[in-house]
Amino acid sequence: MDTYEDAGLGLLGDPTRRAIFELLARRPSSVGELARQLPISRPAVSQHLRVLRDGGLVVSRAEGTRRVYRLNPDGVTALRAYLDRIWDQALTAFQKAAEATPVDPEQEDR
Amino acid sequence: MSSAATIPPLTATVTVAVPVEHAFRVFTDSFGSWWPSEYHIGQADMAAAVLEPRAGGRWYEQGVDGSECDWGRVLAWEPPRRLLVTWQINGRWQYDPDPAHASEIEVCFTADGPGQTVVELEHRLLDRLVDGQALRDGITGGGGWSSLLELFAKAAVDQG
Repeated sequence: MDTYEDAGLGLLGDPTRRAIFELLARRPSSVGELARQLPISRPAVSQHLRVLRDGGLVVSRAEGTRRVYRLNPDGVTALRAYLDRIWDQALTAFQKAAEATPVDPEQEDR
Repeated sequence: MSSAATIPPLTATVTVAVPVEHAFRVFTDSFGSWWPSEYHIGQADMAAAVLEPRAGGRWYEQGVDGSECDWGRVLAWEPPRRLLVTWQINGRWQYDPDPAHASEIEVCFTADGPGQTVVELEHRLLDRLVDGQALRDGITGGGGWSSLLELFAKAAVDQG
């Protein structure tokens, strides 16, 4: 089904969007709160949020006078995106470990 | 909407410059040596992650306080080519013993010449995780995946 396309994964290829995604994973935040934690302007934050929202990773809701962004709670896409990063990191770590350990017991210098 | 199999599997691939037997051995026997230690579910910091080398074996973490938390079970143990395990961590970041809520991770090791191995990982049946009642409750209560992601993110940040 194309409801859950891979777009979500591609969206996190951008480091700034990934940083925003991870900040929102920790805490729902407004544009201003995000901008304070990032080296980019509020309009730039807004632009990234729009892309993330269009991609289904993030939803927003008005709370009083401010608009609060959070990861999409029905966010299968968000979950996939996060698990995808875990596997990416895990396999990279595995690769290092596999290539750093002696290949054959008899080849070890002991 | 709870139609089955709507969530596509995740895939990841890495090529390692070691023979296939070695790749399988490091992946399984030495699982705890390379698994990023920030990804764990216990209250205590993780001391070790263990993958028992047999079909039906446990896949679990040990905390520094001696506690153990299951992650899943080994479904297929076929050295050095294939490993199939379940991932039964629900939206509350807890082990869900119900096999109906178990997602699966298949890892295939394919020799690409004598000294190189392609490792392909697929994490599938994600629908089962999402269909888990605990997760549904979590979503309704405002927790759910957000809590899980918060834990992941916190861990990732703490590490950095």
